[in-house]
Amino acid sequence: MPAGLTLALSLAGLAATLAVAVARPPWLPEAVVAIVAASGLVAVGALNTDRAGEAVGHLAPTIGFLAALLLLADGCRRDGLFGALGDVMARGSRDSPRRLLALVFAVASGVTVTLGLDPTIVLLTPVVLATATRLRMSPKPDVYATAHLANSASLLLPISNLTNLLAFTASGLSFTRFAALMLLPTVAAIAVEWVVLNRFFAAELGRPPGHEATPAAPHLPRLSLTVLSGTLAGFLAGAPLGISPVWIATAGAAAITVPALVRRTAKAGDVVRALQPSFLVFVLGLGVIVVAASDNGLATAVRVVLPGGTSLPDLLGIAAVSAVLANLVNNLPAILIITPVAVASGPAAVLAALVGVNVGPNLTYVGSLATLLWRRLLRAEDTDVNLGEFTRLGAATVPAALAASTLLLWCGVKAGL
Amino acid sequence: MRALVWIVAETWQATVAAAAAFLPAEADVTLLYVTAADAETVARGARYALLGRSHRPAAEPLDTISEQSARRLLADAQAVLGRDAVLDARSGRIEHEVVAAAGTADLIVLARDQDYAHRGPRSLGPTARYVVDHAPCAVLLIWPDTPSG
Repeated sequence: MPAGLTLALSLAGLAATLAVAVARPPWLPEAVVAIVAASGLVAVGALNTDRAGEAVGHLAPTIGFLAALLLLADGCRRDGLFGALGDVMARGSRDSPRRLLALVFAVASGVTVTLGLDPTIVLLTPVVLATATRLRMSPKPDVYATAHLANSASLLLPISNLTNLLAFTASGLSFTRFAALMLLPTVAAIAVEWVVLNRFFAAELGRPPGHEATPAAPHLPRLSLTVLSGTLAGFLAGAPLGISPVWIATAGAAAITVPALVRRTAKAGDVVRALQPSFLVFVLGLGVIVVAASDNGLATAVRVVLPGGTSLPDLLGIAAVSAVLANLVNNLPAILIITPVAVASGPAAVLAALVGVNVGPNLTYVGSLATLLWRRLLRAEDTDVNLGEFTRLGAATVPAALAASTLLLWCGVKAGL
Repeated sequence: MRALVWIVAETWQATVAAAAAFLPAEADVTLLYVTAADAETVARGARYALLGRSHRPAAEPLDTISEQSARRLLADAQAVLGRDAVLDARSGRIEHEVVAAAGTADLIVLARDQDYAHRGPRSLGPTARYVVDHAPCAVLLIWPDTPSG
């Protein structure tokens, strides 16, 4: 089969999988489309079975790692961690909208760094919305902060974002070196969000405090905090000892899940649902499809647009290209497409790509291919959508955060962190 | 006389106190609260960006959070008002919903919504200004706090 045709077929498979994942027709799970497309590409010879097997073998440990993190987050939810964090923020805010925003920043960044982007959006955002409305403050600055920080605070650890997890193994970095190099870029991204959101929502935040009843003292769940800090310490201590972080995550997942199963506070079915098997299969299928597309010419095309060095302009270029791609096709396929090319320039290039795909999505929230479908979905559900505000806030934060984070990444690399 | 009392979360107590003080006893009072849909929309949009994740709905649907808090706020406001009132909870673009609700009223009571600690044009934010400019009835505009200077 001619190379042009196999590339076209691979890209068609990728486009179909992404379109279904965004449109979410109830009768067609995206995992099924991903697997059918991946198998189809093997069947027509766009990818031989050995190469497909190699791709699956390469992705399998990452999928296992992801599964453990999903269980860890679900255990924290079951333990009441997110509700308790809402109480901490409510009490700590002492009726000041600005103090509440500061606490939302701390909690959203902390949850994103330790548990990842998904729990921040799915589990923490409703709590933040409920907390601000309970305190009778405008929830808009706090909800925007949570949604933005789920992306921009997800730079720090390999576990903070699935994109990091996917690029982590390829980068060849240890867990601690990844964290050391990403520390300053994460701080920079959060600082940019803080400055911009405070100015953008000055009217909401500047309103004189109301006089509502002081919320009750929070009860922080001991199990999830112990398991989380233990897992985090394990990641940092395990790296020099050569213990793979996937085992630390598995131990953490077991420590929070097994007691619940024994005490029957969770059923086996709940645990399987928390694992999101369809999502795991989707990531695997998507990974294989992207390998087919990359092998058949996509990687060559990426090499043309992606800067090849690790000078400051190169890293800024990599971050910018990655951010644009993340907005075009969503950050998951974007990092799968860029990593194999960026790896050739070394770990700094991979980290710059991660800065791009993690911070970039705040520009349009779902990426423009997706935005079309998303707006269609929104019209069905929301009649009055202020997309202009999303975009203005994205335009005010994303370029500044990308530049500041990439600059500090480059400084860190130069300083030999 | 039909009076519409539009309350917002931050200043509802002062608005309700003004309504209790100024509205005649025979007035038919409607208490209105409008939830801005935008915070929910931001939260929902962030969820759409999570490609391939489980379709399982979250434990607490986002719109019920706002609905419940609106009902609680209106109930609190009616208790402070201390008289019969129609409770009207709406959701959408706030200024449009308030002006639409004012269509059947003779008077609307509302509070300044921006820098109301100081006298001056900045005490009216874009939302309250829109309502003042577009309300088809008389307007009673109150200060939530005693302003300085």
